[in-house]
Amino acid sequence: MNYVLPSLRLWLATILICVVGYTGLMLVFAQTMAPYQANGSIIEVDGQAVGSELVAQDFSSPRYFWPRPSAASYDGMGAAGSNLSPTSADLAARAAETVARYGATAGNPVPADLVAASGGGLDPHISLDGALYQADRVAAARGLDPAWVRDLIEQQAAAPGAIFAPERIVNVLQLNLALDRLEE
Amino acid sequence: MERATSGQTGLFQRELVVPAMRDSFAKLDPRTLVRNPVMFVTAIVATTATVILLRGIATGAEDIGFQAQLVFWLWLTVLFGNFAEALAEGRGKAQAKALRDTKESLVALRIGKTGDTEKIPATQLRYGDIVLVCEGQQIPADGEVVAGVASVNEAAITGESAPVIREAGGDRSAVTAGTTVISDEIRVKVTAEPGSGFLDRMIALVEGASRQKTPNEIALTILLTGLTLIFLVAVGTLPAFASYAGGAIAVPVLIALFVALIPTTISALLSAIGIAGMDRLIRFNVLAKSGRAVEAAGDVGTLLLDKTGTITIGDRQASEFVTLPGVAETDLLEAARLSSLADTTPEGRSIVALAGGEEALPSDAEPVAFTAQTRVSGVDLPGRIIRKGAVDAVLKLSDYPEDTVLALKKITDRIAQAGGTPLAVVENGRLLGAIHLKDIIKTGIRERFVELRRMGIRTVMITGDNPLTAAAIAAEAGVDDFLAEATPEDKLAYIRKEQAEGKLVAMCGDGTNDAPALAQSDVGVAMNTGTQAAREAGNMVDLDSDPTKLIEVVGIGKQLLMTRGSLTTFSIANDVAKYFAILPAIFVVLYPALGTLNVMGLASPQSAILSAIIFNAIIIPLLVPLALKGVAYRPMPAASQLLRNLGIYGVGGVIAPFVGIKLIDLAVAGLGLA
Amino acid sequence: MLSAILTTILIVGGTALLAWPLGIYMAGLFSGRFASADGLFARTVGGAPEQDWKQYSIALFAFNIVMFGFVFALLATQHMLPFNPDGQGAASLDLVFNTTASFTTNTNLQHYSAESTWSYLAQIGGLMWLQFVSAATGIAALAALARGIGGKPTMGNFFVDVQRASFCVLLPLAMIVAAVIALNGVPMTLQGAAQVTTLEGVAQTIARGPAAAFVAIKQLGTNGGGFFGPNSTHPLENPTFWSNAFEMVAIILIPMACVWMFGRIIGRPKHAMVVFGVMAALLLIKLVASVGFETAPTQAFMDLPVTQDVGNLEGKELRLGATTGPLWAVLTTSTSNGSVGAMHDSLNPLTGLVPMAGMWLNETFGGVGVGMINMFLYIVVAVFVAGMMVGRTPEYLGHRIEGREMRLAVLALISHPVLILGGTALFAATAWGQDTLNNAGAHGFSEILYEFSSAAANNGSGFEGLGDNTVPWNIATGLVMLIGRYLPIIVPLAIVGSLMAKRRSAESAGTLSVESSTFGVMLFITILIFGALTFFPAAALGPIAEHLTSMR
Repeated sequence: MNYVLPSLRLWLATILICVVGYTGLMLVFAQTMAPYQANGSIIEVDGQAVGSELVAQDFSSPRYFWPRPSAASYDGMGAAGSNLSPTSADLAARAAETVARYGATAGNPVPADLVAASGGGLDPHISLDGALYQADRVAAARGLDPAWVRDLIEQQAAAPGAIFAPERIVNVLQLNLALDRLEE
Repeated sequence: MERATSGQTGLFQRELVVPAMRDSFAKLDPRTLVRNPVMFVTAIVATTATVILLRGIATGAEDIGFQAQLVFWLWLTVLFGNFAEALAEGRGKAQAKALRDTKESLVALRIGKTGDTEKIPATQLRYGDIVLVCEGQQIPADGEVVAGVASVNEAAITGESAPVIREAGGDRSAVTAGTTVISDEIRVKVTAEPGSGFLDRMIALVEGASRQKTPNEIALTILLTGLTLIFLVAVGTLPAFASYAGGAIAVPVLIALFVALIPTTISALLSAIGIAGMDRLIRFNVLAKSGRAVEAAGDVGTLLLDKTGTITIGDRQASEFVTLPGVAETDLLEAARLSSLADTTPEGRSIVALAGGEEALPSDAEPVAFTAQTRVSGVDLPGRIIRKGAVDAVLKLSDYPEDTVLALKKITDRIAQAGGTPLAVVENGRLLGAIHLKDIIKTGIRERFVELRRMGIRTVMITGDNPLTAAAIAAEAGVDDFLAEATPEDKLAYIRKEQAEGKLVAMCGDGTNDAPALAQSDVGVAMNTGTQAAREAGNMVDLDSDPTKLIEVVGIGKQLLMTRGSLTTFSIANDVAKYFAILPAIFVVLYPALGTLNVMGLASPQSAILSAIIFNAIIIPLLVPLALKGVAYRPMPAASQLLRNLGIYGVGGVIAPFVGIKLIDLAVAGLGLA
Repeated sequence: MLSAILTTILIVGGTALLAWPLGIYMAGLFSGRFASADGLFARTVGGAPEQDWKQYSIALFAFNIVMFGFVFALLATQHMLPFNPDGQGAASLDLVFNTTASFTTNTNLQHYSAESTWSYLAQIGGLMWLQFVSAATGIAALAALARGIGGKPTMGNFFVDVQRASFCVLLPLAMIVAAVIALNGVPMTLQGAAQVTTLEGVAQTIARGPAAAFVAIKQLGTNGGGFFGPNSTHPLENPTFWSNAFEMVAIILIPMACVWMFGRIIGRPKHAMVVFGVMAALLLIKLVASVGFETAPTQAFMDLPVTQDVGNLEGKELRLGATTGPLWAVLTTSTSNGSVGAMHDSLNPLTGLVPMAGMWLNETFGGVGVGMINMFLYIVVAVFVAGMMVGRTPEYLGHRIEGREMRLAVLALISHPVLILGGTALFAATAWGQDTLNNAGAHGFSEILYEFSSAAANNGSGFEGLGDNTVPWNIATGLVMLIGRYLPIIVPLAIVGSLMAKRRSAESAGTLSVESSTFGVMLFITILIFGALTFFPAAALGPIAEHLTSMR
């Protein structure tokens, strides 16, 4: 029994159907049905791409809400987690820096998601608590009424998975864009 | 049967234990040990530990006392394993010795071509030699009687002192070396080469010397060797792990952990279990020609049982006289009585008893004996010719009026349907009626069949009776199927049919014409009274020639495998506790927090390791009685059997060492050993 | 906690429901119910003669060699080939070897970050193709095994089976999953990375590409290799809670269906139910343990002013919900998937032990096809010991288990701890491993242990802090993956080949029933004893030591 020829014919058939056919079909489907998502959910402001709705970007100005820490420095070409053990001293040191940046104290502890790095380093969301925690700083930097900022956060917050994931979260880029828009 | 009971008591008799202890050391020979890979490995690492200990003593190392104790218990583990095997073998050796003495004293009178006889040692006999055996002499070799009839005492082989008849031709022609002719003389053709006779085989069997590993034992040994390799890896990689953690583990400690984890318990007992299984059969007066046959017995799905002697008591009893219309009952009674007076069989006597009246044969009577050709018997008196016998045989004797024949058929059909055997009685060509011979079903046999059915074993009754009679008896006895008017070819065909359906078949047989069926069956038990051909064809020989034993043989086969499986489970389940004893002791130097895993609260790391290894050693002799006796066995469906054994030996195997190691630790710490 | 329970029920329960009809469909497919398709498949490869176990294994090897050779060449030359908009350069040959071995063996261990390493052609034409055909190889092998043990005279034809699995199982399901996740936000484009200017005026380059198609088959075929570096924690690979749910369902759907498929091909759906029950019980234990351990807050934050009320968040994504990280971790390592929905390196120590245990056992549903094949090896051992305990020479479905079968089964079962513990020992004791760690102490040991467990189990997930793109790691794990793949496929086929040659015995009340819950218990214990006991010392020195030492 010959095994080489059938193997090669099988190679050709699977390449044609599972690679060329399948990929082509899915490209056509996605580009037709959901072109925004298919191209990376890129948000444009005045024709200028300012980021992806789904990808965190670095915010360091006090005028903006800050995203979660990124072990990848928000590099869209090199996403990564910290991969530090929860018992790691390095992690404790990194967390201490973040805590200091937020100026958290025992009386005003910072929510954990603002201290813990996300898996890919590009988590676009922070928790509702994490956003509210930053509301005063942002309001002060922009000279806005903190209550107004809190209202904006509440409007933007949503539960990601209905009853299965009820803790509400906020998309940082969307929130910051809304701030910029409303201030204009 | 007497020996069976005496054998089970006194497992640790002095005369058995002392030689077994001696043999434990003899078995340290690597060539013997290598047959058991796990124990061989244990011996190797014990040697390594000994070398390290000696080096330590030379260089004045610190914990010599602890190391010395470890080495002591490691060697004891090996010796205990040897002891278990030696003890099992020892139980057969005493029996073998007597047999061997018999064999060595045998002398033969060989008949030369010219007819002269010469006296030679039995060991010089060759296949085909003809020997003469006279009254009072022992038969020198296995063979067939070619001339003469003799009564033979076979007690040397069977333990049964009642003599049996051995005669040329027919189904009772086989004789065995070592048995004694007690009357008459016979000529025997030797059918066994020296060293391969029945006596030789029996000696080898009871000694366990020729014991071949069965396929199941081989497979289990592979599994246990595999487990040993797995733990070799698990323990062998620890030094590297420890070096990562910045520490080291002493080699003797690693050896202790390794020996504790590998399945030493079951490996030590494995051959003892096999020998003991064969031994149980031997004590039961059944000789299995191989261990494989014993295991096959446990797998039997269909049992072919001869009706007579197994399901019914061997003899039928007269239960009723049925007269033909117009015949006076007294005529039939008288004819039946007279024709049976010379018949000394239990059947004949039961007819006489039922008929009542005079029990002495009239002086002028001429008895006519039963022959296979006529199949009738009777008596000739002056002017009276009385015959009785099988209905068709009687009908062949002469012509009878048609209506009488029809009336007789009616009667005999009714008797057959009731499971009885009709005998027709005729006097001077006049049919008188029939005697109803009734088969008596053995008490308790019905319940046995119910048990067998629950174990998934079908019982099939084999009988020469006609289908009507067979059906009635089958229904009464509760067998699953029957084979009526069975010829040897029918039996063979039935066995092949069952085997084609994937069942293992067991049967017993004695005649030469049973040989093909015995050979075809998976478990063929030949009756010792049977022909040489039958004994060669079967893979077991029942020395008591009791076909009922087939049922027990199945049980013994199952018990053997169950013991093996249960002790394997127990042995492996032990590892959980041993881990919890030894690992914290080793690892606490690397990560002190791992002391938390010392759930048993053992006194110190050294005492923990020592306790685990002591438990590992002494569990072997503690389980020897179980290995030799076999686990408790009751017939029940497989699912309940599994649940029961899993509960006792699986769960028990997890719990027992926790308790045992803790107790030993208390003793070790209390005595200040570690 | 309620949401965690609800999510678990939704994912695991929902998938179990879907797997039943899929299993029936697959059993029909591999029993030749679709004759016209089979005819087409036979013509495609130029005829489909029936094969015995040796011929089937040779065919499997032949095609897998073609798989390896083609993709090796493609990856090694990607910088000269089209569909490379981001201009990826040449990769080192040891990485090419490791990656090819990884995807050929259905492992998808990734010693690279894809968005900065491979061109679109390498990803789609090479790696994604392997994700189809390596999964199909596993399913085909299971079909062959089931036919043999079920009493068919031959094992079927490998080349036809691969097409059945690829075109009739994997492809339609992949199209559904790809469509759903594309609508949820997974990119599907041939354009290169997007250039944006952030609100603070910094340039950011965002990798994208034909990810939706890739991610779908990555999940369905227990492949697990991510389109982007951090796998399904990357927001473009797993954008929403619902894409996450869908991707988790896709992890266990076919592995679960394979059990039913096996049961129906051998004509013993009840036996399949017992096996499914044992797998599900083990899965449930791991789920409870994993989700439970992960509710402990991040130890490193304990002395800081940080509010921790949803457990350990390091390495997790908020949109996926608080508990799906450990849930995904269990599912992906119970099967041999290896994609991640949270960073395993950053799981709490004992949570991190659960995925390792999953890979040690490697059959709680397991890889597509091969999970059930691994289970077959445990069944052989369980049947052997249990068979003796009921007083019969052991048999499985009427096939007697003797020395030859046991030798083969033991060989395959031993290979797993040998590869894992041997590899770990070598790398833990030398600079090969020690110099590549991201964490110190016991956790560093866990990183090495995890990597070898993942390679041997053909899983592909990792404690990704490990700097594993080195020559020793690439070669060692590459070899481990190859041995860990083909030995446990060929050996069971050889066992069945040996069983097929024997007289089959009938079953009765006296035979061990493999359809009873008692047998299920026996199987469960066998798996724990043979699969887990060996690894207990390593577990003690890794995750357990870390937990006892560091967690308060």
